[in-house]
Amino acid sequence: MYEKTKYLMAGDKALTMEFGNSISKEVNNKIRSITVAIETRNIKGIVELVPTYRSLMIHYNPLKISYDELINALKQLERQLETIELPAAQVVEIPTLYGGEYGPDIENVANHNQLKLEDVINIHTSNEYLIYMLGFTPGFPYLGGMDPKIATPRLESPRTKINAGSVGIAGGQTGIYPIDSPGGWQIIGRTPIPLFDSQREIPILLKAGNYIIFRSIGENEYKEIEEAVKKGTYHYKSYPKKGVSEQHGTN
Amino acid sequence: MGQIKIIKPGLLTTVQDLGRYGYQQYGVTVSGVMDNVSARLANILVGNDEGEGLLEITMLGPEIEFLEAMVIAITGGDLFPILNNNAVAMGKSLLVKKGDKLAFKGVKNGCRSYIAFSGGIEVPIIMGSKSTFTRGNIGGYEGRALKAGDTLPIGNHKVSLSSLVGNEIYENLYEYKNNIELRILLGPQEHAFTEKGLQTFLTNEYSVTNECDRMGYRLQGEKIEHEDGGDIISDGIAMGAIQVPSHGNPIIMMADRQTTGGYTKIGNIITVDLPKVAQAKAGDKIAFKEVTIEEAHHWLKELEGKIDSLKQQCRTKQKEVIKTREFHIRVNGKPYQVMVEELKS
Repeated sequence: MYEKTKYLMAGDKALTMEFGNSISKEVNNKIRSITVAIETRNIKGIVELVPTYRSLMIHYNPLKISYDELINALKQLERQLETIELPAAQVVEIPTLYGGEYGPDIENVANHNQLKLEDVINIHTSNEYLIYMLGFTPGFPYLGGMDPKIATPRLESPRTKINAGSVGIAGGQTGIYPIDSPGGWQIIGRTPIPLFDSQREIPILLKAGNYIIFRSIGENEYKEIEEAVKKGTYHYKSYPKKGVSEQHGTN
Repeated sequence: MGQIKIIKPGLLTTVQDLGRYGYQQYGVTVSGVMDNVSARLANILVGNDEGEGLLEITMLGPEIEFLEAMVIAITGGDLFPILNNNAVAMGKSLLVKKGDKLAFKGVKNGCRSYIAFSGGIEVPIIMGSKSTFTRGNIGGYEGRALKAGDTLPIGNHKVSLSSLVGNEIYENLYEYKNNIELRILLGPQEHAFTEKGLQTFLTNEYSVTNECDRMGYRLQGEKIEHEDGGDIISDGIAMGAIQVPSHGNPIIMMADRQTTGGYTKIGNIITVDLPKVAQAKAGDKIAFKEVTIEEAHHWLKELEGKIDSLKQQCRTKQKEVIKTREFHIRVNGKPYQVMVEELKS
């Protein structure tokens, strides 16, 4: 993490606060606290915030606030960061049916790492994964924290269509496809819950700075959840993250 | 409520508004109109809120039949609009009658036109916007570009149609030429380039390639030299960002850009010059000029002032309508259709 945050100009309606030049929990935590701080302070003229791996883009309306005023307000906020109480991050549960037609590449992952199928599932469901950022397609999470024991290179030839909800591995990363899209990830399972639904009250389930955990389910439960989602009766499960630095700023 | 019917869809005709803001942190593309100024002017001319849903049409325009009388205005690039085979003036509101047909004969200048309809296009508001994001199948009319046979509902206009006719843009804010100068602010990654690379970028002309669409414009010209390659850890992308991947050719990121990306951005087009990009097409030549943020904000305020005064001018003419009735009458054996508006005094 940089000692001093960099303020970078991104045109006349946005600026980027850059906190470091690496992907780390520490940087992510700083981004999360400054995001919360800006959201609670209501600085005039701020249009929206886009947190990424190591920076925060701030879109603003220059008719309401000048560049200098905005930077001053942000620097002042940075100085007060230690006093800002962060709400606990949420861990969102992703029920996942592993293997079979839902996860056709799970054997690749097992063979590549000389593991049994159950081991792949056990390892994949044992960690809480930090959501560093969302991007690429609506609701696509960039996750950190996968056990290197199940790391597997991408498919040699990408598929033209991967179903929404597919859970995959690419190198040392794991992720979920929120909408049907082409891709070269090793698909190990699928979740029946939609990460993205433009008609839902909260269209996107995940948020940068929160965590997800995968829970292995059987085919019956998959169908039940799928049905409940359709009827609008499914209750999305999440709980507050335990045991991380009860975060007061980051310095 | 009025309706319009798409007889021919044209090259790419979509419903747009000023964009879907507030969801970029979730990876949702902003989309919205490419040429923000022309679109706002079109809406103002027909008495709508400037962010109302309208049509963005591209190069080869659509053919549209009006199923009710309404007031429309066409702004932006001149794609040679004709109404029932008579030429239509750009930047001027006009009354169209039931059964009238609007078509386009081809590009005179620019690349995109905007057609606003009094009352606005009524499509569902998805995540705060009527904009179509075709790649994600979100918003607009069924999440896609319009097809022949589509029928779009037009909202009720609160203002008397007769008082909306004849509004005009009295000052042309943009000229659409084939050689354009785009003013830019350097950053956020200007330090990823060598001094020579920055000079190359600021002193050479770049051509717009065939790969130019709502997502971005790929340019071709003298290669821009990096210090150490064009890859970075992904960060946010603003409208008009100029990405330079390791191949050294710039890409201008536009309305349908992804929210984040992993290539170095040498600079960003200033807001008042974005309409020039939106109206550029393959083969056009672009030169970049560095300016300061104070200048950029000053020009933006100047432009907003002009848009505002047009808005005031149109508004003072408007009369609120209480009721509209249509009569079919015969005078000396000839049939006439007469529309009568009862106005609020």
